[in-house]
Amino acid sequence: MNIYALVKRTFDTEEKIAVANGKIVDDGAEFIINPYDEYAIEEAIQLRDEHGGEVTVITIGDEEAEKQLRTALAMGADKAVLINTEDDLDEMDEYTVAKIVAEYLKDKDADLILAGNVAIDGGSGQVGPRVAELLGINYVTTITNLEIDGTSAKIVRDVEGDSETIETSLPLLVTAQQGLNEPRYPSLPGIMKAKKKPLEELELDDLDIDEDDVEPKTETVEIFLPPAKEAGRVLEGDLADQVKELVDLLNKEAKVL
Amino acid sequence: MSKKVLVLGEAREGALRNVSFEAIAAAKTVSGGGEVVGLLVGDAVQSLAEEMIQYGADRVVTVEHPHLKHYTSDGYGQAFMAVYEQEKPEAVIFGHTANGKDLSPKIASKLGTGLISDVTAIEGEGDDALFVRPIYSGKAFEKVKNKEDLLFFSIRPNNIAPLEKDAGRSGEATSVSVDITNLRTIIKDVVRKSTEGVDLSEAKVVVAGGRGVKSADGFKPLEELANLLGGAVGASRGACDADYCDYSLQIGQTGKVVTPDLYIAAGISGAIQHMAGMSNSKVIVAINKDPEANIFKVADYGIVGDLFEVIPMMIEEIKKVKTN
Ligand SMILES: Cc1cc2nc3c(=O)[nH]c(=O)nc-3n(C[C@H](O)[C@H](O)[C@H](O)COP(=O)(O)OP(=O)(O)OC[C@H]3O[C@@H](n4cnc5c(N)ncnc54)[C@H](O)[C@@H]3O)c2cc1C
Repeated sequence: MNIYALVKRTFDTEEKIAVANGKIVDDGAEFIINPYDEYAIEEAIQLRDEHGGEVTVITIGDEEAEKQLRTALAMGADKAVLINTEDDLDEMDEYTVAKIVAEYLKDKDADLILAGNVAIDGGSGQVGPRVAELLGINYVTTITNLEIDGTSAKIVRDVEGDSETIETSLPLLVTAQQGLNEPRYPSLPGIMKAKKKPLEELELDDLDIDEDDVEPKTETVEIFLPPAKEAGRVLEGDLADQVKELVDLLNKEAKVL
Repeated sequence: MSKKVLVLGEAREGALRNVSFEAIAAAKTVSGGGEVVGLLVGDAVQSLAEEMIQYGADRVVTVEHPHLKHYTSDGYGQAFMAVYEQEKPEAVIFGHTANGKDLSPKIASKLGTGLISDVTAIEGEGDDALFVRPIYSGKAFEKVKNKEDLLFFSIRPNNIAPLEKDAGRSGEATSVSVDITNLRTIIKDVVRKSTEGVDLSEAKVVVAGGRGVKSADGFKPLEELANLLGGAVGASRGACDADYCDYSLQIGQTGKVVTPDLYIAAGISGAIQHMAGMSNSKVIVAINKDPEANIFKVADYGIVGDLFEVIPMMIEEIKKVKTN
């Protein structure tokens, strides 16, 4: 099977977020593979091990993202592709990203494309379905189980906690939900091997993409932090009095009862 | 310039979800006085049209087909596109629900347009509107501007207030027949795990339990408290993974995002993935044995103590207040 996984480099979940000059401050922050993309990579590797074929991980970003691609290779992916947009694009939105990815994938004859259902930074969850639509293939989002038999796929999709059992066929794009699998940690031999695996770097020119074709359709005009919450009130005293006080506060101060 | 706005309503178990009405209110904000057209898609949705109008839609278009009984991106995509072509709206609004999240990027891609997802507030009106949405799991927000002729966004449930229902409002409901063909996915089975009663994502009060609840039985006092307050029970991933409750109760980045007036977190440590689903709640109460627990950082009121003591006492106390 010819399998692709879409990967995004994101802020570590635990990082504190600071804003300066209307932008998120990212110097010194830890970066990781978007957690939902890790499920996608893990599933890709397991499917390859079961059915044969090859796993290619793709990301769009700058040179820094090589690190996350190497991690994916160390987990067990076979090849990596970095589409480096650093010199060409200042701004991107989901339209931009999906268009570039689809342009890269259009002649690759992918049987299966996996992505995370959402990235924990931007949080819009658009890229997967957009890419599928651009490629003219079917997609299923937020999946928690995937079985492939020949060209047919049996999928469990999480729908706000309900689960749907779905039958469909390849070629297909799916987006991973937590629960799909337990992503492995790269092993030491895996990390060694990853250094020698192919990592191709491309620019928009290599894909015959003109900057104007991928100009974002939306613009972020401001980034801000939510108003700092006043330190909450941790009640004190005898437990029974605390509960009385709490109910009184909910009733009279917060007016939510 | 006034805009004609097309709003996709969403039904669940034969009733419209509130997010449909919230989307109509959002439509009024961006329409600049233009027409607000509701769209309902399903196997039997005509009877719901009237309520869309009572909540402010000027008219409603329905698409009914047996193949639209279950949501599929192909089926709903075909229905939507047929109505889109006919209506040629200048703005489109979806709910940022499981199905809205699934369908909206496909439609945006088909139309070659932008999409502002998961909007929690709109600043300004008409053409100048800016759309506020959470990023970094709710640790920050961004304001986004649309740069295209077509405006397309989805709204997070329970954040934009619906208009007052007006039973006297009337408007036209028309049905469009669309040939739904070539569905590439077949829904074999749907296991509904969501409990009846109050819809968790739309509940005004949520009582949520974590690993600290310790067992399925441990959820009983939480259920009692939720019932008393007319709310719903929710949970952390920790509680779901430990099998104390079903995954349909999960709140957070992977689960449901809730914005109730009152969120009571009992035996939940407050991991960032959990907070992503509840930190916008209006009032947060934390009950935890550990005074250092992270959840106290977002709580308005906190009690350091054993939830099995605190919750029953709260129930008694609230009963007293309610009878007075
Ligand atoms: C990609 C990813 C996505 C995730 N998505 C989600 C998500 O959507 N939602 C989510 O919730 N988590 C999510 N998680 C998991 C999250 O990181 C935490 O592991 C989880 O939220 C912990 O659940 P908890 O607070 O119930 O358990 P714990 O962290 O174990 O906390 C239990 C708390 O209960 C307290 N306690 C124990 N006994 C009592 C008692 N008798 N009375 C009062 N307090 C008591 C303890 O002091 C402790 O603070 C995700 C993780 C990942 C990696």
